[in-house]
Amino acid sequence: MDLTINHFLTISAILFTIGVVGIFVNRKNIIVILMAIELILLSVNINLVAFSVFTGTISGQIFAMLVLTVAAAEAAVGLAILVVYFRNRGDISVESVDLMKG
Amino acid sequence: MELIAFYIFAAIVTVSALAVIMAKNPVHSVLWLILTFFTAAGLFVLIGAEFLAMLLVVVYVGAVAVLFLFVVMMLDVDFVELKQGTLRYWPFAVLIGLAFIAEIALASFARGGSSTATFDASPGADTNTEAIGQVMYTDYFLLFQLAGLVLLVAMIGAIVLTLRERPGVKRQNIARQTSRRREDSTEKVAVEPGRGI
Repeated sequence: MDLTINHFLTISAILFTIGVVGIFVNRKNIIVILMAIELILLSVNINLVAFSVFTGTISGQIFAMLVLTVAAAEAAVGLAILVVYFRNRGDISVESVDLMKG
Repeated sequence: MELIAFYIFAAIVTVSALAVIMAKNPVHSVLWLILTFFTAAGLFVLIGAEFLAMLLVVVYVGAVAVLFLFVVMMLDVDFVELKQGTLRYWPFAVLIGLAFIAEIALASFARGGSSTATFDASPGADTNTEAIGQVMYTDYFLLFQLAGLVLLVAMIGAIVLTLRERPGVKRQNIARQTSRRREDSTEKVAVEPGRGI
């Protein structure tokens, strides 16, 4: 039995699910939520690359690079917001974010 | 042989991803995240997408993970307190995860078995990097520029967000220095003889 696309789709699905579960489990810790989002984006990348390779078209890998770019930008802006929030409030609890309203 | 390597990599990816979301200390989470990305890069090498694999190592392990580490260590947060009460989220989270797995499995079984794969990581070129380079600056030139724009906006956004003006700090203001004229800072006073100002 050889390596097929199903192997990669399966590991990608597992990684995606772990990322989603991670968002729900670490509801208080926004840093780990950001890391879970990175896991989800990684699973998307695995999907794109697997389809690109197993269908013999290169465009999937280009899109994977774009996803990588967006993931890096998202991490930078997210962490910047986190730093500003911590500076203003002194903690990073997600549950008290609604106090910012008004 | 490839299959054995795949299963090893897949097992490491799964375990380390689980460790990312379950670690008590966010620093450990970041380290597990690095292992996850490294192993995912291994998976990419396994199917011949070498350029993406190296990009994953450079961008994620080299930049994003270090950024996370910086922020985690910079913020003085009581992580033990943050971890409190997370146990009650687990049943709900597992339920969501099972629903996700069930949906994905349903979708893939409805699609049927895999077709015969062509397996070509670098179509129309000798190496993977060459194949990407051939289309990246021609067919996908606008997308490439757009990616640069996204990075620029993110960079400016992060700087604007975190820059702060502290009162009471003496700082050099070049624009004010160079636009300063004699009339602004000196004054001509006609002093009468025998008297001070």
